[in-house]
Amino acid sequence: MQTLRVIWAIFVKDLRVEWRHRETLASMCVFGVLVVFLFNFAFETAREMSLRLLPGLLWVAFAFAGVLGFNRSFAAERENASLEGLTLTPADPGAIYAGKLLANLFFMTVAEVVIVFAVSLWYNFSFIPVLGLFSLVTGLGTLGYVAVGTIFGAISANTRMREVMLPVLQFPVAVPAFIASIEGTTGALRGEPLAVYADWVNLLIAFCIIFLVLSYLLFEYVLEE
Amino acid sequence: MIHLGVTILWLLIAVWMIFFYAPREATMGEVQRIFYIHVPAGWTAFLAYFIVFVGSVIFLAKRSQAADDLAHAAAEVGFVFCTSMIVTGPLWAKPAWGIWWTWDARLTMSFLLWLLYVSYLMLRSYVFNPGRSALLAAVVGIIGFVDVPVNYMAIRWWRTQHPQPVIGGGEGSGLEPAMRLTLYFCAGAFWCLFAYLVRERLAIARLRRELSAARRASAPQDQKEDRG
Repeated sequence: MQTLRVIWAIFVKDLRVEWRHRETLASMCVFGVLVVFLFNFAFETAREMSLRLLPGLLWVAFAFAGVLGFNRSFAAERENASLEGLTLTPADPGAIYAGKLLANLFFMTVAEVVIVFAVSLWYNFSFIPVLGLFSLVTGLGTLGYVAVGTIFGAISANTRMREVMLPVLQFPVAVPAFIASIEGTTGALRGEPLAVYADWVNLLIAFCIIFLVLSYLLFEYVLEE
Repeated sequence: MIHLGVTILWLLIAVWMIFFYAPREATMGEVQRIFYIHVPAGWTAFLAYFIVFVGSVIFLAKRSQAADDLAHAAAEVGFVFCTSMIVTGPLWAKPAWGIWWTWDARLTMSFLLWLLYVSYLMLRSYVFNPGRSALLAAVVGIIGFVDVPVNYMAIRWWRTQHPQPVIGGGEGSGLEPAMRLTLYFCAGAFWCLFAYLVRERLAIARLRRELSAARRASAPQDQKEDRG
């Protein structure tokens, strides 16, 4: 009960901070839309095959938007030395991780909605008929991606060149989530039944469980002084 | 000293076996001999990452400096072997398959391991506060190791869903006894070399720490000047 309250308090705090300056969300959305915009030129000739293009395009945009968000998530705490304040409270480090994770998940979801909207508009693709399964795959993939992104964001906040360090740490580890999300999204966008790509969804669930538990347990050492 | 001697002798015999003892491979010819370097280097790289993981776990549990030194040393030396694997692979693939690289499951996996090494070593050198680098590196080492099997599953499924590149039958499908002996002998030589390099690296880490401790002890007033 106490833990849940801590998680909620951190989540609300992050949202409030974001509401006051609106930097993280704005940069995530603008950057994600820019990626979609550039892809438009990169794959001009292949535009008719948009169904084969879209899953990769979406996940590249999500991945880059996510890196921006995870970087800000702990960099801001570090710059104001407010992370020390957080660690001084009697809160369980795992709860701090969970609160941060929820906030990042929220920001990612908002950015993804904006990106999907831009893709839908510019590539003339309607997501509405496949929205249910597409949301399921994207939601699971995002959870897995955010699970590793949150802990690596906390780690890279301690380094010089953290903007580079975060993707270098995160992308290799997130490869399974990335592959499974792209394969699952491909199936979902084609309107195939869930059974066709159930293996990928199961892999995503396993990825989420493994890295959520592992990060929850290891976060204590990341905060330790 | 004995270790160095044994390593050199073992490596020399291994080189002799590669070129004179192991028979010429029927379809690929002489170029196949790179196999005796490539495969043991890969085995050593994976073994080294396992040592990084074990060292990281022991460090987090017991805070033993030796465990952290071991993890760091194994990562540095393992990275060298992993790079050898990545470099000898394409050199062999070009004449054997006609292409330098293909995103086949094993190749993708090896490259991923190489990336995990790069991220671990980069993290170690970019942390602001050196006191924290051991802790953060241990966390990264553990997450990276747990990621290896998950990645392996994902990449294998991913590759079996796509058209397979044409690859002449795997080596595992029946190795000639003389070839197998050469392979194991080379692997032994590589592991001996690996152990030697890790030991040297551990000694350097120890000396470096002693040196900085001695400096602090002998000239405490210097510290102020250093800071200024």
